[in-house]
Amino acid sequence: MTDLALRRLTWRVATVLEVRPEGAEARTLVLDVPDWPGHRPGQHVDVRLTAEDGYTAQRSYSIASAADGSTVELTVQALADGEVSSYLVGIAEPGDRFELRGPVGGYFTWDPEDPSPVLLVGGGSGLVPLMSMIRVRAAEGSRVPFRLIYSTRDPQTAFYPGELLRRVRDDHGLDVTLVYTRAVPEGWPRPPGRLDARTLTEAGWPADFAPSCFVCGPTGFVEVVANLLVAAGHAPQRVKTERFGPSR
Amino acid sequence: MGVFTRGFAGRRRTDENLPPGQYLTEDFPVLSAGPTPRIDTGTWEFAIGTETGARHTWSWSQLMALPSEEPTVDLHCVTKWSKLGTRWRGVSLDVLLEDVESEGEFAVAHSYGGYTTNMPLADLTDGQAWIAFEYDGEPLDPEHGGPARLLVPHLYLWKSAKWVRGLTLSLDDEPGFWETAGYHNYGDPWREQRYWGD
Repeated sequence: MTDLALRRLTWRVATVLEVRPEGAEARTLVLDVPDWPGHRPGQHVDVRLTAEDGYTAQRSYSIASAADGSTVELTVQALADGEVSSYLVGIAEPGDRFELRGPVGGYFTWDPEDPSPVLLVGGGSGLVPLMSMIRVRAAEGSRVPFRLIYSTRDPQTAFYPGELLRRVRDDHGLDVTLVYTRAVPEGWPRPPGRLDARTLTEAGWPADFAPSCFVCGPTGFVEVVANLLVAAGHAPQRVKTERFGPSR
Repeated sequence: MGVFTRGFAGRRRTDENLPPGQYLTEDFPVLSAGPTPRIDTGTWEFAIGTETGARHTWSWSQLMALPSEEPTVDLHCVTKWSKLGTRWRGVSLDVLLEDVESEGEFAVAHSYGGYTTNMPLADLTDGQAWIAFEYDGEPLDPEHGGPARLLVPHLYLWKSAKWVRGLTLSLDDEPGFWETAGYHNYGDPWREQRYWGD
């Protein structure tokens, strides 16, 4: 943490290299950020957009990618009335530039040196920082057992479906459980429904294993999941959370 | 600097009460690093400790018996949202500190759940800070720090420790949870002190 604390966070110019749709309402932006100092999985960046008359707007976004030179990937969900997200998801094209600084956040991060099993629980775009952890695990050849429970509205809005399928096949020790809350794919064995205690028990880790738990998503989702984990015996300090959006 | 973003016009919903880099929200977002602790007011206690080892404590009923105030304040979260004109009820720290003798110039707030945050003691006095237990006329929700949270609205909201259980006054400044994790030691929204070096 000290390395992070002592480094001044300066604004850098990011250039969009590539954009990819991520489900129906989101987009991954591949950015080139010269002199990027690297980041740990789970950290985020601040993005600053500047209009021609000097008006600026800032927002924070989780980093989706593993550290890889000057390349940083963000996956951004378009919010209704989202001043910055509507630009990033709807307007930005390769070659466009904006400012970015980071990495920010030293708490909601996975340390590849930590041998504890890991439970990742993501709701909607809350998958993004967890995906960075999954990617780092693979990039480092880590054998730490990972279980991801990903709650998404329906198959159309799911992030990284192809990559998750491939990783379940190729990344040994990674289990992925999908929970669809509104609509399921054809032939799916369960009706749509919210993530519940039973799924957390079946698809997660027993509290005795003392896993590191990372929960990220909308406030209501994180409240429910974190409370269920604590009720199931997980120590509160082993449950790290990142919430976004309004409460109820 | 000086990079214009093609195609970005912006919403320009500005307000003179909005610090730099912030945007207005009508919602009340939640930011916490872990599960929400549930604290029973029957066992709740608030303590102020000093550099001499002296300790002053208040039970919930003792806190409720103190004169309270109803500040209306603006909130500024380091994650960029601001919420203006929020209504609270709480006991001023001036009341709680009245009989506390300390040479300390610094304070660390401690919370149920283990969270800590630091600030100069001068930022907690002279009508600038409260132990707040009502929001918008209702008991403070656990998600927002109930039963009681510190409210120091002139600093970024991470300084307003949720689920507060005490203050430690000391001669030395001791960075708290976010302050040791890259966030600014003081956190003035009007100087946009978000991170170390800002």
